[in-house]
Amino acid sequence: MTGVVRTLLARPWIWSFLGAAIVWLAAIAFTGGYGGGGMLTAALSLAVFTVIVGVGQMFVITLGPGNVDLSLPANIGLASAVAMKTMGDDDSRVVIGLAAALACGVAVGIVNYLLIRALRIPPIIATLSASFVIQSVDISYGRGLQIKPPPGFADFTNIQVLGVPLLAILTALFAVCASVALHRTIWGRSVQAIGQNIRAARLAGVKVEPVRFTAYALCGALGGLNGALLAGYFRGANVDIGNEYLLASIAVVVIGGTSVSGGKANLPGVWGGALFLVLLLTMLNTFGVSAGVRLLLTGLIIVAVITAAGGEKRTR
Amino acid sequence: MTSLSAASASSRKSGADFRRSLRAALPALSLALVIAAIAWLNPRAISYFGFTLMLNLAIPIALVTMAQMFVIACNDLDLSIGAFVGFVTCVSATWLRDEPWLGALTLVGCVALYAALGALIYLRNLPSIVVTLGMSFVWQGLAILLLPKPGGKAPLWLQAIMGVKPPFVPFPIVAAVLIAAVGWFGIMRTSYGAILRGAGGNAVAIERAGWSLLKVKATLFALAGTFGVLSGMALVGITTSADANIGNGYTLLSIAGVILGGGEFVGGKVSPIGAVLGALTMAMAASPLLTFMHIPPDWQVAANGAILIIVLAARVLISRSGTDR
Repeated sequence: MTGVVRTLLARPWIWSFLGAAIVWLAAIAFTGGYGGGGMLTAALSLAVFTVIVGVGQMFVITLGPGNVDLSLPANIGLASAVAMKTMGDDDSRVVIGLAAALACGVAVGIVNYLLIRALRIPPIIATLSASFVIQSVDISYGRGLQIKPPPGFADFTNIQVLGVPLLAILTALFAVCASVALHRTIWGRSVQAIGQNIRAARLAGVKVEPVRFTAYALCGALGGLNGALLAGYFRGANVDIGNEYLLASIAVVVIGGTSVSGGKANLPGVWGGALFLVLLLTMLNTFGVSAGVRLLLTGLIIVAVITAAGGEKRTR
Repeated sequence: MTSLSAASASSRKSGADFRRSLRAALPALSLALVIAAIAWLNPRAISYFGFTLMLNLAIPIALVTMAQMFVIACNDLDLSIGAFVGFVTCVSATWLRDEPWLGALTLVGCVALYAALGALIYLRNLPSIVVTLGMSFVWQGLAILLLPKPGGKAPLWLQAIMGVKPPFVPFPIVAAVLIAAVGWFGIMRTSYGAILRGAGGNAVAIERAGWSLLKVKATLFALAGTFGVLSGMALVGITTSADANIGNGYTLLSIAGVILGGGEFVGGKVSPIGAVLGALTMAMAASPLLTFMHIPPDWQVAANGAILIIVLAARVLISRSGTDR
């Protein structure tokens, strides 16, 4: 067991932070040291959203090969609309709105799980099919709605404490809790056990299905929460608000050192990966490159990073 | 679950055989169902002209599904194929028309790059999902650099090929049969095809038997690249102009097509004929069927998802009805 713990703590996440630091240094070297602090603040506030969904995606991916939630973008889009509609431009209804977004996200997670379980189909296809349906619901639900966040909520998502966004602090606390849940609770250990060998986990008495259920529900809930927060931060909900989080949620998990084939999760890495991705975009923006070059470089750097980090050693 | 079905298989061999053949027929059945639904809703659509129109985009979809099938055969997934098809349309509508040699060279280079990606994924044991997600940005970036705004013009010979009107049978159907036959012969009937599929089923066994897994992976990815190129060229031959984002929906369509066609994500279990049938089903179900059913555009995406779910549910029911009895 100590061996397992040691492997878990073997800090593969250090690379993602290192990458983030290098990208940041490159950016401020270009500006001649100007705006480095502001860049970090901006990066932190944007990274938060990626971290929230990244953590959910991490738990799902850790469940084992093939487990991935592709419905996150649709989920985020729908939850952002639900949250804003429930809040109805009224600061006193913020909590209700957040609860509605969470409930909406949990519902999506449950639907995903039921599709996977009842139809015994690969999660990729299940969540993909679900996302088609969710997207349509969102399009027809969000049509013609005036979807603006209440001013108080919008301000809340922008509060900074000594240059550090409040949301980033809260998300860091949340990440600590999630880390404890992952490494120190039966549930978190079960998630990893299932990812390592679902058959062995089942024989060892791990309640596989309830654990998988909660992992998908949790991922859905985080997607829902993210939708509400995004709508607050960007001052409005729309169908496409979650689109970039499909790649981002998977990329940060993998860049952060979580195994794509499951069974090995890494929480600090999600933060490192998110900061890396956001700072990378910031850097390319400071360089003033065109949209095409930015896409090209983002892609190349992701491939380069994943190549440098390498995959697992072949065991099977 | 697997052990259970394996144990019961010997005692109920005929049941298992029946189930297997029913399962194998599922892609054809779902296609027949979609055609029947269209025929019922709009009998006039079932004609030479109707099929030519309804299956307008079926050729590029069938080709891109084949491309995805080769990647899925080695337990990987290509999330960049849609962006790649978009890039190919841009190359075809600019360089391939104006400077055929440069265009052809670029497209051959793309196939080589695909093979290199396969080799990279194998050598470093990388997760294909992440690598190809990254590559989707690369292709999209290149496409935008090449053609910042939708436009360009497809080479005339490409338009001519896609506009062929053979007697009696609509061109998309002829092409689909041809694509399926080529894929079927290549991967199901040649000995190296068996090795390619075997690598997805049991890589270690293939390696111990003396085959290079590196070569297998590179070959499969090169095949995926080749069919991706063909898909992009077919697409631009139909639309006559290109757009960097034109192929974005193709990633999901191609995965759905392979799965509808009876492919599995792991184990090298793929079927070229099934994949083409799956692609045709998706192509017909995607818009002609829904238009005839008067489903508002808002819900068409949902209907696509629902069709996928229904077919997969049917597959489970077939498999389960055998084990339960």
